[in-house]
Amino acid sequence: MATAHHPPTRDLSRERKWVGKSIRRVEDPKFLRGRGNYIDDMRVPGMLHAALVRSPYAHARILRIDVEAARQLPGVFAVVTGAQAAELTDPLPDFGPAADKHVWRCLAVDKVRYVGEGVAAIVAESRYVAEDAADLVEVEYEQLAPVVDPEAALAPDAAIIHEPLGTNLAYERTFTFGEVDRDFAEADLIVSDRLRWHRSGGQPLETVGAIATYEIGTGMMTIQTNSLSFTSYLFMLAGTLKIPPNRLDMQPHPAGGSFGTKLFATKVSAIAGMLSKVVGRPVKYVEDRIDNISNCDHHGSDRVYYADLAVMRDGTLRSLRVHTIDDYGAYIQFGVGHHGNALAQATGPYHIGSLEYGVKAVLTNKCQQGAYRGFGSEVHNWMLERMVDLAARELHMDPAEIRRANFIRKDEFPYFIPTGNVYDSGDYEGVLDKALALADYEGCREMQRQAREEGRYVGIGLVTCQERSVFSATEFWFWFDEPAAPVTSMPESITLRVGALGDITATLYSCAFWGNSPETMVAQLVAEEFDVEPHDVSVIYAGSRNGLPATGPGGSRTTVMLAGAIEGATERIKEKAFKVAEHMLEANVDDLEWREGGVQVKGSPGTRKSLGDIALQTHLFKHSLPEEIESGLEASKVYDHPYTTMPSADRSDLGVFYPFVGHACHIPIVEVDIETGQVRFLKYVAVHDCGTLVNPRSLAGHITGGVMQGIGTALYEQFVYDETGNLLTQSYLDYLIPTAMEAPEFVIGHQETPSPWTPHGIKGGGEGGRMMAPAAVAAAIDDALAPIGVRARVLPATPSRLLELINGAKQATAEPA
Amino acid sequence: MNRVPIAVTVNGVRHEAEVESRLLLVDFLREELDLVGVHIGCEHGVCGTCTVLMNGESIRSCITFAVQADGAELTTVESLAQGETLHPLQEAFWEKQGLQCGYCTPGMLLRSLELLRENPQPSADEVREAISSNLCRCTGYQFIIDSVLEAAEQMGA
Repeated sequence: MATAHHPPTRDLSRERKWVGKSIRRVEDPKFLRGRGNYIDDMRVPGMLHAALVRSPYAHARILRIDVEAARQLPGVFAVVTGAQAAELTDPLPDFGPAADKHVWRCLAVDKVRYVGEGVAAIVAESRYVAEDAADLVEVEYEQLAPVVDPEAALAPDAAIIHEPLGTNLAYERTFTFGEVDRDFAEADLIVSDRLRWHRSGGQPLETVGAIATYEIGTGMMTIQTNSLSFTSYLFMLAGTLKIPPNRLDMQPHPAGGSFGTKLFATKVSAIAGMLSKVVGRPVKYVEDRIDNISNCDHHGSDRVYYADLAVMRDGTLRSLRVHTIDDYGAYIQFGVGHHGNALAQATGPYHIGSLEYGVKAVLTNKCQQGAYRGFGSEVHNWMLERMVDLAARELHMDPAEIRRANFIRKDEFPYFIPTGNVYDSGDYEGVLDKALALADYEGCREMQRQAREEGRYVGIGLVTCQERSVFSATEFWFWFDEPAAPVTSMPESITLRVGALGDITATLYSCAFWGNSPETMVAQLVAEEFDVEPHDVSVIYAGSRNGLPATGPGGSRTTVMLAGAIEGATERIKEKAFKVAEHMLEANVDDLEWREGGVQVKGSPGTRKSLGDIALQTHLFKHSLPEEIESGLEASKVYDHPYTTMPSADRSDLGVFYPFVGHACHIPIVEVDIETGQVRFLKYVAVHDCGTLVNPRSLAGHITGGVMQGIGTALYEQFVYDETGNLLTQSYLDYLIPTAMEAPEFVIGHQETPSPWTPHGIKGGGEGGRMMAPAAVAAAIDDALAPIGVRARVLPATPSRLLELINGAKQATAEPA
Repeated sequence: MNRVPIAVTVNGVRHEAEVESRLLLVDFLREELDLVGVHIGCEHGVCGTCTVLMNGESIRSCITFAVQADGAELTTVESLAQGETLHPLQEAFWEKQGLQCGYCTPGMLLRSLELLRENPQPSADEVREAISSNLCRCTGYQFIIDSVLEAAEQMGA
């Protein structure tokens, strides 16, 4: 194990002025005024509009497409079928295993593989006319047997979704870490369960959109989009569009929410780009809601688990065996990186000594999986906490006590888990104690006793979960003994420019605003370094063409990575500032210090030059400075992932790939109405520890928002495909996003256990409450319904699902076997 | 496609236009009047993102035809701030972080404005119920409720 390679341990004793303050967000005034410049707000001269013809079938061969009537409609500029699109473009960027055997294109070619898949695209003078034309396209299909259930997809007689692959099993592997067989053989008790997590998705209120402008005279393709990320991989999209990478410029626009679903979402940009080339004019394609629900790149996880937990009589957790079947839908863009994510924190905050982890990635006739806040590790958290609760129940232990007994203690960090990943720091008991106090846990238990006496079903959930942050690249390929591209770069970059008057501009290089607050965070970190007002720092989101290497948000990495980049760029600027100050103050650098936004002679506050004085000198007075000092005061920093180690050849150790690990304890208190199956929140306590906080209120917002999404996942939201593969939830009338009435009253607490290895001790926290809430809500339901022996083993636990379980349990009691 | 003449007053400015009878009000406001602060969310009248005030009452402009607004007075988010000065509701949303991505914000602001006109000193529960007409995917609603309560206090002061 690679302990020796960890980054230098930092001295975090320095006092901080701006980091840690809940300042008002610098992004907000434009959004409050309705001037956000979201992608659909943008107009380019000569711009046309696109719409798609979507498949009504889950699985069908395309026999014939007649586009004549559509072409004849006044105002229609072009109709492009899937077959034509396959000439105009290459397949979409795909990190999946054997991508050539399940080829993913922007429009379906000879076969459709899910309801909603695009089969043709229209360009017209307006979106109205484009949609009129879409209605006039006649497609003749030959329906094929649909593959809907992930386990049935593996049956020998199941229809095959991608013939070249010859199976619906896109990937299978089982990893073993440590002495699993021994630990199970020695266990006093083995608890086992089958658990089912159905698919939901981020569903931001703004869909994915792009405006593509292809200039035939220069060969330049400019794509304005709300979905720019992975700048370092955009050469793949250029390949899709058959243009040289240095002729593609992706320009970011603020996104009206992402939650993962705008991460490297390339299909919309590819369609707009292709169409712009066809018509020679700018083309806007913004998904409508049905596109976004049925044909986005990013449905969430869809898993069946078979899990066994080996336990000792005293509550000691020994070993975990997990076998999961994950329904990826029709394509598999990111491979099984979602399970790499789970392996980063597979044994949770516990001393679980060994692990067996098996995954089968299955293809079905559904929209494909992508990213949704947690990227698969939130699902693993849910499974693990379900199993720990099951053990506690068998052993008649309190859920808090079984957890406390198994926690990694705060003096054991850095702590390597069986998979090889490291946890940098933590104080799990501290978080638990804080949450128990905020919830008044004993009081709640007393209230529960009274409620039960009144015949009410009140439940207290308690989970303690990890939140890994700052992914590195290896989790996408350590699955393969001979990976096609064992990449190791996941950098983030920044340029800081100090203007002639000391004004500071920060340029970011991947993604834009996604609802997180990169500008506020960057402004606070820059303000901390230079002693300026955060609201005076200007932040620019650069296009990709002249961009520095960058990855963008995802895996709760932005704050840590940009903090590293800012620190590096600051160091370079200050080094130059000191050189200039040496000359201006006629002092030796050893006698100078940085104080309150300037350089001064140590112990002599009157003898100083402000950043503005120094900047003015560097910008305008070349001859006043030594020859070797170049004009200007600007520096860039490419900050690489600070702690990645290689997996071992036999994959018994996956190395370090997600090293900054936060922790949280959630305690929801619910009441279940056993007549309606409705779950109502009485209270929701969440205490998070993701190291040093940059903006506590901003993190609290991630927690409350993430919990709300987790509650949606746990109780309401599901993309429901019926047995024919038809998608029944194509609007918000059926896909139920919680309103304020379903939202609990939140009590949020923070604990700060700094990372020893990051600037200021920051860890990522952006995935917030969704990492824990599904597990916590399920636990609360189980606790409420414990008197009648009902457990929520299937999510979402909708009223109808719960009612079925409750009525089944009632019946079983009424008619004893 | 037949066109119908309409006259609407939006944020105090009178507009006359000939529109297709099928043109949705949200598209009229966004595409023809360039009031892009009116956002499009679910397109089914569920999420409230497209909320505007018509004759002082909140409506969903994604399921309202432009012709239905003929003769009406409309208010959009663009009218709230007076130059440099934000409306107290906007100030309160900023202060209490009642927004993250900002996409539901115009609808939330207008729905809150309507609430505070009807009920200038609402309780937290009344705010919760009032804004349950509008979805927010980012905040979990708590900070929005805090924002509206803060605005009520500031506006009543």
